[in-house]
Amino acid sequence: MRTLIIAFAVTFGLAGTALAQSGSAPSPTPSITVVAPWARATPAGARNGAAYMTIENKGKEADRLLAVTTPIAKMAEMHRTENAGGVMKMLPVDAVDLAAGGQAVFKPGGYHVMLMDLKQPLAEGQSFPMTLSFEKAGRIEVSVKVEKLGASGSGMNAMPHDMGGMKTN
Amino acid sequence: MSLRTRRVFLSGIGALLLAGLGAVVMVTTHLRPEPGGRSALAIGGPFTLTASDGKTVTDRTFRGKWLLVYFGYTYCPDVCPTMLNDMAEALTTLGPLADKITPIFVTIDPARDTPEVLGKYVKSFDPRLVGLTGTPEEIAAVAKEYRVYFRKAPTGKGADDYLMDHSSILYIMGPDGGYVSLMAGEQKPAEIAARLRQLLTQSS
Repeated sequence: MRTLIIAFAVTFGLAGTALAQSGSAPSPTPSITVVAPWARATPAGARNGAAYMTIENKGKEADRLLAVTTPIAKMAEMHRTENAGGVMKMLPVDAVDLAAGGQAVFKPGGYHVMLMDLKQPLAEGQSFPMTLSFEKAGRIEVSVKVEKLGASGSGMNAMPHDMGGMKTN
Repeated sequence: MSLRTRRVFLSGIGALLLAGLGAVVMVTTHLRPEPGGRSALAIGGPFTLTASDGKTVTDRTFRGKWLLVYFGYTYCPDVCPTMLNDMAEALTTLGPLADKITPIFVTIDPARDTPEVLGKYVKSFDPRLVGLTGTPEEIAAVAKEYRVYFRKAPTGKGADDYLMDHSSILYIMGPDGGYVSLMAGEQKPAEIAARLRQLLTQSS
């Protein structure tokens, strides 16, 4: 009889733990979404590349992008191009804030992920993985699409001011 | 007033007038526009650099063509590819008029941008693009003539770990080698093409 009670206790104990664990699992709808991650094909011999994207925070809590990694380069860092009175500077960025309901846009001339010391050239049409580490949302892996050299946007990125450069003669 | 006082007085006025005239002459001479109606700003000048085939070129090598000059470096992941692409697209938009223009990319990072590296890099954007490098002294000299600011921005501990801060300006030089105009900041290909078309057609 005692064995039975112990058995029950252990079973319920384990079940209880399992239930408690599933209670703290992440919510089914992710609050952070990464839209259209893309990179430019690199010119021949270029050692550095750049990746761009739009990150949306549809959740109720603010979050921060802390780091980016990718196997295609030795190092990936977030940078911001700044035009300081005509002088172009590239400033390293520690973290990018994502306000609740807000977004962060990485695009040429602004925020970008600098891919430093590429292990291979980026060729138009290929894709490569990139992992973004968020403070709250954790790690999100995306597939970055390589667009043509000097592209101003991803094919999927319908940003109004980018359309200006896409004239059909 | 005594005669002497009056003389002193008149001489004083005379001196003042002369000085004033002198000042006026000096100022207007300084402001007189260059022949051809170009700006009096002293931009550009003689240079000696190395082309991507290793041959030495000077400013005189490019006489007879309009020049579209940009200073940058190949390790630049964001700004320089944008500008070079925009230059190439602008020339393509111009069609046959582009035959009168030579687009030039001068590196401000000669340590890493060797003639070979530069040659491969610019050809990726457009076969017409000319890449120029040189010794640090030659680069410093031409950058100074074009009033280009550039500075190393270290990114790590290695000797190769650096980016460059640099001014981002498109220079338009005339077929006689003289400075004509510049475009600062972000420029769309259509804007560059329009400006070039305007300058080329109004000068012919």
